[in-house]
Amino acid sequence: MSTTIERDVSTTTEGHKEHPQRKWQDYFSFSTDHKVIGIQYLTTAFLFYFIGGALAEVMRTELATPDPDFIQPEFYNQTMTMHGTIMLFLWIIPAGAAFANFLIPLMIGTEDMAFPRLNAVAFWMIPPGGILLLSSFFNGAPQAGWTSYPPLSLVSGKSGEEIWILSILILGTSSIFGAMNFATTILLMRMPDMDIHSMPLFCWSMLATSGLVLLGTPVLAAALILLSLDLIAGTAFFNPAGGGDPVLYQHMFWFYSHPAVYIMVLPFFGIISEVLPVHARKPIFGYRAIAYSSLAISFLGLIVWAHHMFSSGTPGWLRMFFMATTMVIAVPTGIKVFSWCATLWGGKLSLNSALLFGVGFLSSFLIGGLSGVMLASVPFDIHVHDTYFIVGHFHYVLFGGSVFGLFAGVYHWFPKMTGRMLNETWGQIHFVMTFIGFNITFLPMHQLGLQGMNRRIALYDPQFETLNMVCTIGSYILALSTLPFIINVVWSWLKGKKAPRNPWHALTLEWQTASPPIIENFEEEPVMWAGPYDYGIDTESIDGDEDVEDMLAAVTAEGK
Amino acid sequence: MNIPSNVITLIAGVAMTLISLWYGQNHGLLPMAASNDAGQVDELFNFMMTIATGLFLLVEGVLIYCLIKFRRRKGDTTDGPPVEGNVPLEIVWTAIPTVIVFILAIYSFEIYNRMGGLDPMVAGDPGPNLAHAHHHHSELVALDPKQQNIALGLGVSPGSEQGVDPLEVKVNGIQYAWIFTYPESGVISGEIHVPVNRPVKLAMTGGDVIHAFWLPEFRIKQDVIPGRETNLVFTPNQVGEYPVICAELCGAYHGGMKTRLYVETEEDYQQWIQDNTFAMNGDIDESSVALNPPPISDREFLAPYANDLGVGSDTLAQLKSQS
Repeated sequence: MSTTIERDVSTTTEGHKEHPQRKWQDYFSFSTDHKVIGIQYLTTAFLFYFIGGALAEVMRTELATPDPDFIQPEFYNQTMTMHGTIMLFLWIIPAGAAFANFLIPLMIGTEDMAFPRLNAVAFWMIPPGGILLLSSFFNGAPQAGWTSYPPLSLVSGKSGEEIWILSILILGTSSIFGAMNFATTILLMRMPDMDIHSMPLFCWSMLATSGLVLLGTPVLAAALILLSLDLIAGTAFFNPAGGGDPVLYQHMFWFYSHPAVYIMVLPFFGIISEVLPVHARKPIFGYRAIAYSSLAISFLGLIVWAHHMFSSGTPGWLRMFFMATTMVIAVPTGIKVFSWCATLWGGKLSLNSALLFGVGFLSSFLIGGLSGVMLASVPFDIHVHDTYFIVGHFHYVLFGGSVFGLFAGVYHWFPKMTGRMLNETWGQIHFVMTFIGFNITFLPMHQLGLQGMNRRIALYDPQFETLNMVCTIGSYILALSTLPFIINVVWSWLKGKKAPRNPWHALTLEWQTASPPIIENFEEEPVMWAGPYDYGIDTESIDGDEDVEDMLAAVTAEGK
Repeated sequence: MNIPSNVITLIAGVAMTLISLWYGQNHGLLPMAASNDAGQVDELFNFMMTIATGLFLLVEGVLIYCLIKFRRRKGDTTDGPPVEGNVPLEIVWTAIPTVIVFILAIYSFEIYNRMGGLDPMVAGDPGPNLAHAHHHHSELVALDPKQQNIALGLGVSPGSEQGVDPLEVKVNGIQYAWIFTYPESGVISGEIHVPVNRPVKLAMTGGDVIHAFWLPEFRIKQDVIPGRETNLVFTPNQVGEYPVICAELCGAYHGGMKTRLYVETEEDYQQWIQDNTFAMNGDIDESSVALNPPPISDREFLAPYANDLGVGSDTLAQLKSQS
């Protein structure tokens, strides 16, 4: 089967004229088109990424020297809390939702999401939630960390804390609406030919993600509402001063927030499963293993939360139970990593920006995964818990994993989203700077933590100064690395080369429609010419100009 | 030169194994170990580091090899081979990590048990407020015979010498200081001094928010929770001076909340206790810090301290006007 079906161009252009045209105002309004919403999500997420990144640079500048000389320790804690909250709730989670919104209906060959209006509502909760959170800077931002453990969160600034709670409740609700939509759409709206085992792996990973969102987020909401009552109504659910139990909050918080790690990384696992086969020109290795391992991760992710509390109020037997479940997660994750490597093995790799970020994802996420297994071991975790080892570990998972996967996705689908090609040279500069800056920033943190530097501090022991300086320099490189990206995106969007329908000769359905897709997504009912990853079956031509009629005839013959 | 590819693979495998074994022992990432338990944790870490290095080299090696060997040649527009999977291979790479984590879990369990983590005295969770309740019973909660499951943290190592009484030290974590009370001698101090080679048992509570008591050189850490008692038992085996660090975010000056642990010879330790007992005897009647004080009201009990508090009537007036 040939990889692409190039329709007659003239019919497409004629067809276009009959369609309603997209207006630029759509992107600033309550549009129910999933493609508009996807792009709204993505640009909003990027705006918050730049804010969160700026906060990170403030922190790294402060940490360049041991003394709190650049900013006050109190402001440092505010910066740290806001950096964490913004990066998780306003960058990674919405960015995952962005790809899900844009891609799911196109990938499964349908017109829109199951609940388009709810979808738009879910997006439009993000900007108010984000602005509300940022507004706390004017009135004393929250400073108890993104984990917001009581009793500290109850005594360190009421208004900031309450704004933080409200903002997370809004963003969490938005996330639940999104997940309802994704799961329903994937399960019920696939085109007739597509059974669940022939849908793209991105859809599988979004199915797993949505399950976690639906099960976990309500528990976080409950915890935050109770915390809020402690804060403003003087109840004592979590406040030991009134007989409450601060450890209970930790259980409820991590019951969501550990699965949240998978909510933040699974969509990007899906993106990697899409990007690697296309640019390696090989079928994904072990489709079912990757699909089911997403579900396994999702299930196991629900029963490991107390590994964030090994040194907290967790009794010994519980520490052992959560150690075992946590270690088991290494198995499905290992299956994925090995399968991705095997996908690359023997392929014909186009070393473009998308694939480079994909390989960057594999090599960095690997480090996060290996240190994650170490952290599951209770005796070792007791030593490094709440140290820079943890900071290094989760940045390798969330930056090395999620963000590298996200950039791979941006480079891969930018032509589809905008109808323009990104510039390859700038993309590769962006990759090299990001990869170098990322590793210089976060690799030394492991050593810092092992040697005794605790996290969430504005002042530290002078013996750690050299390595901290290295981290700070790395973070500046990382900050600069966004410049080539911004230049590339802005310039390409305005003046880039026009993108053809299917520049990568990919097989998933979104590449069968125009770039950018027409408002109804598909000209007529899309046809599944091939499975999503059937590369290499017909090696004759990937640029073939075969006639559609011939193809149809061949398919009918095969069907008989 | 035409070396068969399986020989190259073999050489690469042997080299990777040797590098992993060497790096696992020589990473130099951990500070000194000042107790036997710490040494055991280090061995566990070295073991994990060996496996991690091996896997790291394997996967990164495959990635780099792919980038070089399997890159698309100019003008080649064909696809790669249509390999969709390989069940035996997939079983192998499911089984190997399963076996590795199984071994790791058993090893970690063993070490944790040896550190005293499953000591029945500390393995259970009493729920909140028992530490508070113990004031009324004037009995140490962790030693209450009626309570089977008492406090949280690390207990006495099962392998440790029987009959050696651990040195008890009460730890109170407040923003941003540690306060150590020695019930045996009544000494109250901002630093902790302990004799070498004798088990030390810390009974810890938090005075305001959650803190965490961390001794990096001993590889132990335990959250200090208001309204609850948590425990740590450790046996220092090296004389020296070590940092005590608060590891749980406790406010703006969290980074400044640290003190020192002095591990001393028995004589030096006794000298320090004596110096400090005498210093304190100047103001305080020793009987007032006995373990079982006679039943007196709070007012009577606190009266001798009122003058030392540094809180005058004007301060109280200020507080009153604010509330």
